[in-house]
Amino acid sequence: MMRADVSRAEPKLLLFGAAVLVLVVLALLPLYIGLYQTQLLTYGLIAAIAALGFNLLLGYTGLLSFGHSAFFGIGAYSVAFLLRDAGIHSMELYILIGLPIAALTSALLGYVCVRHTRIFFGILTLALSQVVYSLALKFFWITGGTDGLRVARPTLLAGMFTFTGGGAFQRFIDAYYYYVLAVFAICVAIMWVIVHSPFGKALQAIRDNETRAAFLGLRIRRFRWVAFLISGTFTGLAGILWVPLNGLTTPEVLYWPFSGEIVFMTLLGGFRNFTGPIVGGLLFTYLKTYAVATTEYWQLLLGVVLVLLVMLLPTGIVGAIATAAAKLRRKEKPA
Amino acid sequence: MSILIIQILNSLFYASVLFLIAAGLSLIFGVMRIVNMAHGTFYAVGAFVTAWLVGRAVALGVPTVWTFLLLPVGAGAVALLGVAIEPLLRPFYRRAEEYQLLVTFGLLLILEDVIRLLWGGLPLSADPVMDLLPSVRIGGLIYPGYNLVVIGIGVVAAIGLWAVIYLTKFGVILRATSQDRRMASALGLNVALVYVSAFAIGCFMAGLGGAIIVPTQTAVLGMGIDALILAFVVVVIGGLGSLQGALVGALIVSFVRTAGIQFFPEIELAVLYLIAALVLLVKPTGLFGTA
Amino acid sequence: MILLQTVDLSKQFGDVHACDRVNFTVNKGEFLSLVGSNGAGKTSLVNLISGHLKPDSGRILFEGEDVTFAKVYERIRAGIARSFQIVNLFDALTVFDNVALSVFSRERKVVKIAALADHDQDVRREAFDVLGQFGLAGKSAVPAGGLAQGERKLLDVAIAYALRPKLLFLDEPTSGVSTRDKTQIMDTVSSVVRAGAVTAVVIEHDMDVVFRYSDRIVMMHEGRFLADGTPEAIKANKDVANILLGVPLSA
Repeated sequence: MMRADVSRAEPKLLLFGAAVLVLVVLALLPLYIGLYQTQLLTYGLIAAIAALGFNLLLGYTGLLSFGHSAFFGIGAYSVAFLLRDAGIHSMELYILIGLPIAALTSALLGYVCVRHTRIFFGILTLALSQVVYSLALKFFWITGGTDGLRVARPTLLAGMFTFTGGGAFQRFIDAYYYYVLAVFAICVAIMWVIVHSPFGKALQAIRDNETRAAFLGLRIRRFRWVAFLISGTFTGLAGILWVPLNGLTTPEVLYWPFSGEIVFMTLLGGFRNFTGPIVGGLLFTYLKTYAVATTEYWQLLLGVVLVLLVMLLPTGIVGAIATAAAKLRRKEKPA
Repeated sequence: MSILIIQILNSLFYASVLFLIAAGLSLIFGVMRIVNMAHGTFYAVGAFVTAWLVGRAVALGVPTVWTFLLLPVGAGAVALLGVAIEPLLRPFYRRAEEYQLLVTFGLLLILEDVIRLLWGGLPLSADPVMDLLPSVRIGGLIYPGYNLVVIGIGVVAAIGLWAVIYLTKFGVILRATSQDRRMASALGLNVALVYVSAFAIGCFMAGLGGAIIVPTQTAVLGMGIDALILAFVVVVIGGLGSLQGALVGALIVSFVRTAGIQFFPEIELAVLYLIAALVLLVKPTGLFGTA
Repeated sequence: MILLQTVDLSKQFGDVHACDRVNFTVNKGEFLSLVGSNGAGKTSLVNLISGHLKPDSGRILFEGEDVTFAKVYERIRAGIARSFQIVNLFDALTVFDNVALSVFSRERKVVKIAALADHDQDVRREAFDVLGQFGLAGKSAVPAGGLAQGERKLLDVAIAYALRPKLLFLDEPTSGVSTRDKTQIMDTVSSVVRAGAVTAVVIEHDMDVVFRYSDRIVMMHEGRFLADGTPEAIKANKDVANILLGVPLSA
C-alpha cells in the first residue's frame, strides 16, 4: 500500500529533479568543453527546439509533416530581412517580430493541410513547403537566391551585450550559448505544460480515436489547426535562433531534405515520449557533424539509417530505453 | 495562331510525361495503398539511365537509329529496380501509413544520393534520340517531331493502361486485390505477386516518363523531387488511385503550368497549388478520388 | 414530455432500406430498448440521430430543435451522447483521462492550454465520481488499452455518461461479454443512468436483459418499426415472437 502511494508522488518529483540536474549540467558544460564544442551544443539545443515543436504534431496529434523546413526557413529569413531592410540588430526584436511571422505562415499552411489526414497531409505539407522554397529561389533579388543572405552578430538582452572588436567571436559564442539555453529551457517548460493541459489530452485523444473524440464534442479540425500553428511557431523560433549563429541563411533550410532531418531526429529520439525529440535533436546534431566530415554521401547514410530505424527501432532511442526499463521493473516485482 | 498551337502541343507533351508519372503513382496506391515518396526519383533514374545508355551507345558507335530502343530499356531498368526494392516495403503494408511514408522517404534520400554517386551530379543528355526525328512545320514555326511522338506515346499509354485494367484478366485481378486484399487472397490469388507486379508497372511508367523526356531536356539532380511535387498536384487535383484522375489532373496541371510560365513565371508553382487547394476545398479527395 | 422525435427519417444503402420513413419518439426519463434482428436498422438509426450518418430524407427534432443537419459536436453540446458496439476508447490514455476528457469537453475546458489537466480539482472529483459509479475507480491509472473486455465496455459507457447527456444511446453494451458479466454490467449501467435521470435508448439483442430493465421496448424490422410498447405488451405480441423465432410474419 505504502509503495503505491510513494510511487505516485515519485515520478513528478523525480522528473523535476532530473530536469534541474540536466539544466545545471548544460549550464556548466561550456567551462569544460571548449569553443567548438560549445558551438555544436548550441546547434544541438536549437535542433532540439525544432524537434520539440515538430513532435507536438507527430507524437501528440498523430500528424506526420514533411514540410517543417518551411517554418524553420521563414524564421531564418525573417531575421535576415529584418537586419538588411530595417537595420535591426536586437535578438529580442528578431524573436518578437519573427515569431508572429512564423505563426502566420503556420496558420495559413495549416488551414489547408489539416483538412486532410495521413497520406494527403504528408503530401500537402511536402508540396507546400516546396512552393515556399521555389518562391525563395525565384525571387532571388529579394532573397539572395542560392547565395543566401548574411546575418551579422546580433545584440543580446536589449543591446546590453554587443560583440565587436577583439575576441568578439569567443565572447559571442559563450554568451549566445546561455541565451539559447535559456530559450530552450523556456520552450521545454511551455511545451510540457501544453501536452499536460486539457488541450494536450484532447490532442492525444484525437490522435488515438478520431471518431470517439468527435463524439466527445471536440472540434477535430480546430484542434489540429492549433497544434499545427504551435508546432510551426516552435520550429520557426529554432530558425530564428539558428541564423545568427550560422551567420548565413540559404534556401537549403527550405529544401525538403531539411524537413527530412527534422523528421529523422524526432524518430531517432522517439516520438512517443516527451524527451525523445530533445535527445534526438542533440544526438542528430553530433552525428551529422561527424558524418558530413566523413562522407560526401551523407544523405544516403541518413536514408539508410532512417529505414533501419523505422524497421528495427520505431519508438526511437528513448522509447527503447523506456521499454527496456519497464521490462526490468516487471522482472523486479514478485510474481 | 501558330504560337497558340505550339503552346497547346507543349502542354500535351508535358501532360503525357506527367500522366505517366501520376498514373504510376496512382496505380501503386490503388493496389497497394502505398504512396511511394521516391516515385519522382524513379522517374529521375529512368532519365539518367536512358541518357547514360544513349551516351554509351553513341560512344560505342551504335547507329543513332537504334538508340530509340534504349528508351523502353531505361524504363525497364527502373521496373527492375522496383522489383528489387518492393520486398523492402513488405513489412509495412499492414502498418500505419506513417511508417510507409517514412520508409519511402528514406528511400527517396537514398536514391537521390545514389544518382549523385553514379552520375556525379553532371547533367546528362540524350539529344541524339531527339535528332532522329524531323521537325514539323506549324504555320511559320518549326516544332520538333519528337515531341509529337511523345504525345502519341502518352495517348497509347493511357489507352493501353485502361485496356489492361478494364479488359484483361490481369486487370480484374488487380482491381480485385485493390478493393479487398484479404478476399482476393482467400480466393486463391497470389497477392504478393500482384503487389510486385503493380509496383513494377508503376515504376516502369515513372521510368518511361523519365526516358521519354530526357531527349528533350537534360537529366539534372533535383528533377526527381520537382516531378514528385508536380505529380502530387496531379493526384491532389485528380484524386489518388484513379486513372481518369491522373489523366485529367495531368492535363489541367500541364495547361496551367504552360500558361503560368508564359504569364507569371516566378509563381507558376504557387498558382498550381492555389488551384489544388481550391479543388480540395470543394472535393477533399480530388475530382475522381475515393475516400 | 417528448425529448426526441424523428419525422419520416430515411436512409438507403444501395437497395437496402436501413431506415424507412421512421417516426421515432423518445420521452424524457425513459429507459427504452431498441430491438430487432441484425440488419434491422437499429445502429443506422442511432448513427443518423447522433450525427455519424446523414439522412436521405426526413427530420430529427431534439427538444423541439431541428438537428437534422447539425454537426456532431453541435449534437453533443445539445445533449445527445452515445456509446459504441465495438468499443471505442482512447487506448493510450489512462482510464481516468478517458473519463476526465468528457468532463473537460462538457465544461468547455478543453481549450485550456496554459493549465495542467491534473490540477483541475473539480474535474478530478467528478471523473473519480463517475469512475466509482461504474466500478472502475481502482483501475484509474491503467491505460484503457489494458482493461478486460467487460471493463472496456463499462468505460465506453462511462465516457458517454460523463458528458451528462440528456439522451444517451447505448449500442449493445453487453455484446461480446460473458453471460456472468452481462447482468453485472447491465445492473451498473441501468442504476447509474436512472440515478442520473438520463433518458436512455439501449440497442440490445439479449431479450432477457431487455425484458428485465426496460420501461419500453421498440422493435425494428427491415428499417421500419414493428412494435412499440411495455415489456408485457411486447411479450404478448405474436409478430414479435415470430420474428424472434424466425417464423415468417403473418400477412
